[in-house]
Amino acid sequence: MVHKSIETKHYEERASFFDDLTRMGRLSRRGFLHIAGVSAGIAAAKGLIVPQSFQLIEISRAAESIPPFTIAYVSDTHLYTRNVNDRFVRSAVKAVEDVNALDPQPDFVLFGGDLAQLGHREELDLGAQILKDLRAPVKMMVGEHDWYLDLGEHWRSLFGPPQYSFDHKGVHFVTLMSVQEKDFWTARGMAPEERMQTVAGLDNGIQSRFEVGPEGRQWLQNDLEKIDKATPIVIFSHSPLYKYYRNWNFWTEDADEVQAILSKFDTVSVIHGHTHQLLLNHIGNISFYGLLSTAWPWPYAPEGLPKLTVQMNRADPFNAFDGCGDGQLNVLASGMINKVYNLWNRNPVTVRASYLSSSGTKEQPPATTLSSY
Amino acid sequence: MRFSSGLALALSLAAGTAAAGNDLPQHQLPGSPDGNLVVGLCDGETSIEVKGVKPGDPLTREQGQQIADTLMKEWRSKHPDSGWVVVAADPPAQGQLPGVKAPVENQFQTYGAFSERDQQIWKDSTDRLVAEGKRIFHDAKALGGTNAVSCDMCHPDASNTHPETYPKFQVQLGRVALLRDMINWCIENPVRGKPFADDDPRLKALEAYILAQRKGVALDYGKH
Repeated sequence: MVHKSIETKHYEERASFFDDLTRMGRLSRRGFLHIAGVSAGIAAAKGLIVPQSFQLIEISRAAESIPPFTIAYVSDTHLYTRNVNDRFVRSAVKAVEDVNALDPQPDFVLFGGDLAQLGHREELDLGAQILKDLRAPVKMMVGEHDWYLDLGEHWRSLFGPPQYSFDHKGVHFVTLMSVQEKDFWTARGMAPEERMQTVAGLDNGIQSRFEVGPEGRQWLQNDLEKIDKATPIVIFSHSPLYKYYRNWNFWTEDADEVQAILSKFDTVSVIHGHTHQLLLNHIGNISFYGLLSTAWPWPYAPEGLPKLTVQMNRADPFNAFDGCGDGQLNVLASGMINKVYNLWNRNPVTVRASYLSSSGTKEQPPATTLSSY
Repeated sequence: MRFSSGLALALSLAAGTAAAGNDLPQHQLPGSPDGNLVVGLCDGETSIEVKGVKPGDPLTREQGQQIADTLMKEWRSKHPDSGWVVVAADPPAQGQLPGVKAPVENQFQTYGAFSERDQQIWKDSTDRLVAEGKRIFHDAKALGGTNAVSCDMCHPDASNTHPETYPKFQVQLGRVALLRDMINWCIENPVRGKPFADDDPRLKALEAYILAQRKGVALDYGKH
């Protein structure tokens, strides 16, 4: 960690801010709003409380733009009960403490799925208990580890339907149930525990591929029908809504169909769990951001890694928290998202919306020094 | 010396099926009335008593050679038509020895004289070890873990285990480590089990699985 004084940071941020202005040349209103959002994002990313004089947050709150706001996230806690494994419990609690320490508090907290490891009632209850300590409201997403013991029965009783939408400050949010799997268990005569264990194995090829499924896609279509194309859309899904690596279900089988439904909107961001790594992609008008896990990091897959992904340094196995973490989504005035990867034990990495929307030509995040083997 | 191909096949068949079960024919050696050492031949029938040597006595190389020669002499007298040839003593004039096909285009050698079936047996045996490693890799209990963590949870398909980079200086340990040192480190720490002894069959199986997943990757010891 490079230590810099508050003054140094202030002047660096200011220099970077005015560099942006210079690069823009003629500053359009849209560009102005964009930069204002970025500067707010930087401030939020660094946990600065006092707005700097050069941040244009207040001025940017024009009628037709989004008032910038922050969402925090915690994801993939993979909880066993405390007596089986206390490490994952401690990690989940650590993430809750991180989020509770944010000042100002986020508008809400996204939980990105895989609360439990093996879908047991006790694991889900423990997770619900831990998340209750969050000060901000929580939006829940389901993961395959929560689902395939009782096919979602207990999860639904705790958190409600896994697929829902809501509007917040001019952004339309949709949470998808993207980890549907075609029945691979009945023909094999698997007990629920076996089914769960199979799905829980990332490299277990017996299971089916994830999908939103025809019903889910129809629901999405209906939900978005009444939404104006200029409205920023943010999708939460557990699996990445594109095809990254099939063998590990870093994959959504009907991703192309889902992307087609989203393609009519000007601004779409997909926030997904499951991959436990800094993961970025941009397809058409859609920006994709993977979430970190609190439990363990996953290596990058041997093939299929999106070109725009700047890899995170490979994890140090000797530090149980390394490569894990939580983070924030800073929703900009444009409705796009600057994403903060709050990697425990490392400097946080901020991925600016402009990095993805410029196809990687602007605002490149810091490169890895320890890439995958 | 070399075997005819027929005998070689018979011998390898016995070796190949030996792993499959315990109810196999065994070479029952006759006892020596004087308590001398009795040595059996791999045909399962021939044996000799070594006079003046008790079981467990050390033998010189010369004595060993003498025993081997006596057994082979005995076997050859029982199988006059076996086509056994001592190459160094009487190099075959091609096509002249009855029952011996002269090698045509490849060099002939005992170890090289195996059939596709033999190779299949070897492959199956190796794959069994790899499969056992895969099972242990995915099973927290088999690893002796105490917190339900198994290797695959962080290393799907044994990814990011990079066996090709060992031995290397493991910075966090402050010393040079082998793959097995890191396997044991993981078993002790994230898995919270007891490290395996060097000759533990579970450790061997885990190494087999991890190495098998990196087939074709260039060895690059010391890589960071």
